[in-house]
Amino acid sequence: MVRFILNRLLLIVPTFIGITLVAFIFIRLLPGDPVILMAGERGVSAERHAELMAQFGFDQPLWKQYVDYVSGLLHGNFGYSYSTKKPVLSEFMARFPATLELGLCAIVLASVLGIAAGILAAIRRGSWIDQVTMGTALVGYSMPIFWWALLLIILFSTKLGWTPVSGRIALTQFFPSVTGFMLIDSLLAGKPAAFWSAVQHLILPTIVLATIPLAVIARQTRSAMLEVLGEVYIMTAKSKGLTPRRVIWLHALRNALIPVVTTIGLQVSVLIGGAILTETIFSWPGIGKWMIDSISRRDYQVVQGGLLLIAAVVMFVNLTVDLLYGLINPRVRYR
Amino acid sequence: MALLEVRNLSVSFETASGDLFYAVRGIDISVDVGEVLAIVGESGSCKSVAMLAVMGLLPPVAIVKADVMRFDGRDLLTLSPRQRRDLSGREMAMIFQEPVASLNPCFTVGFQIEETLRKHTDLDAAARHQRAIELLQAVGIPEPERRLGSFPHQMSGGQCQRVMIAIATACTPRLLIADEPTTALDVTVQKQVLDLLLRLQAENGMALVLITHDMGVVAETADRVIVQYAGRKMEDTDVVSLFSAPESPYTRALLSALPENAGSGRLPTVSDFAPPAEAMK
Amino acid sequence: MSATDDPHLGTAEQEPLGPPPIAPWRESWHYFLANRGAVIGLVVLALLVLTAIFAPLLAPHDPTMQYRDALLVPPAWLERGRPEFLLGTDALGRDILSRLIFGARFSLVIGLVVVALALVSGIFVGLIAGYFGGWIDSAIMRVMDIILAFPSLLLALVLVAIIGPGLFNAMLAIAVVLQPHFARLTRGAVIAEKNREYVTAARVAGASNLRLMVRTILPNCLGPLIVQATLSFSNAILDAAALGFLGMGAQPPTPEWGTMLAEAREFITSAWWVVTMPGIAILITVLAVNLIGDGLRDTFDPKLRRS
Repeated sequence: MVRFILNRLLLIVPTFIGITLVAFIFIRLLPGDPVILMAGERGVSAERHAELMAQFGFDQPLWKQYVDYVSGLLHGNFGYSYSTKKPVLSEFMARFPATLELGLCAIVLASVLGIAAGILAAIRRGSWIDQVTMGTALVGYSMPIFWWALLLIILFSTKLGWTPVSGRIALTQFFPSVTGFMLIDSLLAGKPAAFWSAVQHLILPTIVLATIPLAVIARQTRSAMLEVLGEVYIMTAKSKGLTPRRVIWLHALRNALIPVVTTIGLQVSVLIGGAILTETIFSWPGIGKWMIDSISRRDYQVVQGGLLLIAAVVMFVNLTVDLLYGLINPRVRYR
Repeated sequence: MALLEVRNLSVSFETASGDLFYAVRGIDISVDVGEVLAIVGESGSCKSVAMLAVMGLLPPVAIVKADVMRFDGRDLLTLSPRQRRDLSGREMAMIFQEPVASLNPCFTVGFQIEETLRKHTDLDAAARHQRAIELLQAVGIPEPERRLGSFPHQMSGGQCQRVMIAIATACTPRLLIADEPTTALDVTVQKQVLDLLLRLQAENGMALVLITHDMGVVAETADRVIVQYAGRKMEDTDVVSLFSAPESPYTRALLSALPENAGSGRLPTVSDFAPPAEAMK
Repeated sequence: MSATDDPHLGTAEQEPLGPPPIAPWRESWHYFLANRGAVIGLVVLALLVLTAIFAPLLAPHDPTMQYRDALLVPPAWLERGRPEFLLGTDALGRDILSRLIFGARFSLVIGLVVVALALVSGIFVGLIAGYFGGWIDSAIMRVMDIILAFPSLLLALVLVAIIGPGLFNAMLAIAVVLQPHFARLTRGAVIAEKNREYVTAARVAGASNLRLMVRTILPNCLGPLIVQATLSFSNAILDAAALGFLGMGAQPPTPEWGTMLAEAREFITSAWWVVTMPGIAILITVLAVNLIGDGLRDTFDPKLRRS
């Protein structure tokens, strides 16, 4: 197990270096040099230009710039936003909890419903339950979620008026931010009305963001269950005289979950892609919307830093899932 | 007295075209208390299907029909699923061809043995643990106490099959069905596992049904032999007369195809002697 | 229980009198046709292709023609609807049905171009990595890992930000993002195949590296690649529509479905049809392709067959 962990840690090092390279190169691939980009519409005089080039080290050789960039990263310097003049890292940290809260809700919803639906479809294979579940999953899997979000808004916000159209919480609700999660902070502050408002704001974005992972997890669970149910050890379990419930929920599910956990982990990357669209549509103040806004504002240091931080988050999650995979799979845990 | 009595058993599956495919047709089997019965046939002759039907392990799509299917005086055809479950694992048990695949990779050996005990006995946790140790000892696994905490992938194929035997014999069943129990094992281990099965059979006085394609195994172990071909019974006789005076042409074909009987020249195949399988349907 | 005694497998092996063996490709085709969903998907896709080809003949109006007297007209079956605008008009008075019909061209071309780019470059890179192995393999696969470390839509967005918004640049970016899947698949298949006897035989017979890779090894890993291509086709359509929706893909007034949705966003409270129709078009297209993809996967994966 220790060797397994070390192995995984070693494997991500080159990838991580590669990611810093991508982020480093990104800003230099943009048309125009960084200082002109930074100056934007206003333009900049030739003297000031040279001054700034020297100040930010853009006159140095490329390898030196890269070394400086990486050592900056190691000191927590992810650049500064042109528009707010604040450090990228603190901007990221301010928005990350919003995305995390939404993402966690979505992945929990998708996992619980997806696994349940997948099991149901597998044990009732070929029945109408199986066909309806898998048909729905295929539609979900094919869904353009930005359109799905608009549909839900038309139905639940505009026509029925059940849910708010945008934002994380009603503007009238105030409470101190402790964890950054509205659901938790509102309860800590002892404001049930605020909590309810946060829940209402979360419902639609969560459904939208969970749609594709839910479909993928349901399909994966079904096929993993079907494969496991055909194994000899399931026959052994039945031959022991165990109840069908125990055979399915203990013997089969325990094995089928191993590939499903990997699938859930892979959905995190999908989720962040989805967060860009979902947050934009619901004006959710998270990192997805932040990235889109920064791209359209040409705030390239933010894009660069955000890209790097998001990739780091994805890698961290993948690593965790890998380790979790080792933990739930005895064949990896005990070699 | 017959412990297991099966008359006119047929098992069929509906094919994609809607026809019925018969895996087993019109088979009679009876197993006496404490008897070793071998069911012999070539690969693909659906030898194990009849026994899976007896154990109730066939998938729901299988259509099982029989005039009689009785175990120890109880009619297996009319028992409720719950009553069937009480029987299997306690009074009749089965082990399979692939020992490593037969054990659940996610649970320890001890868990899988004790699970059977918990289902069928009133033993408490400590007693179950003790019994599991005894069982591992009985099937010849060294350091049984430590091995209880092992996972199947940490053991060899032979050890896994021993564990399977321990699970199957945990409640001292009256009938043990062994489906090609040695085929997947190394030659040296095959003999040991076979001896173990016979020893437990003798010690516990249980009936043993041995499904195999190995005539050598039959000669060494069985009291009685059923030869099956293409889902039908060809021969049902005691082991001595099988080898000395085989009745059906198929059995003669099978015996002459053994390398030691074939002499020189081309090794004969069954189709040289017996009608092709499709003509039998 | 032995594999041959398995009652599930028994059917095929026990019936020597069954239909005579048929060629693998024809068998696959038969198997594919037995899959109802896949056939439906195929028919829908065929209709879409015909729609795209004959768009100028089918569309009742010019897709960019702005009817100033007919702004936001609802679909014909509704009150205030007008029979000449079957699915209604958008905020600029353009006929939605005609725009959707022309939009089919964009979606299908996007799918085709992206898959072609990703497939060719992915196979090329994967063949090289798998065949030569060693440091070439490690280097290539690390680059693929890096691409896959970024969420695909985000990376596509950033690439478009570098090379500039537009339909072609969006396709290019999506192809870059999808390409590692093909590279990994090809590499894996090549590594699995390259030490097989038939490859050794071809090498002994004096086949060149290039010939070995392209003529000998590649045909044996086509199945999974075709399935991946189908999946990528639907992904490309979705991603391109998403980029269009975010204003980074096709630019107005192009009747690309995602771009149409972006233009329609502000009317979600007043004119639902402007929002609904392009989405339905995207969903139907992607659904059809995914149905085909599922059918192909079942066809090419022998493990799932007969089940």
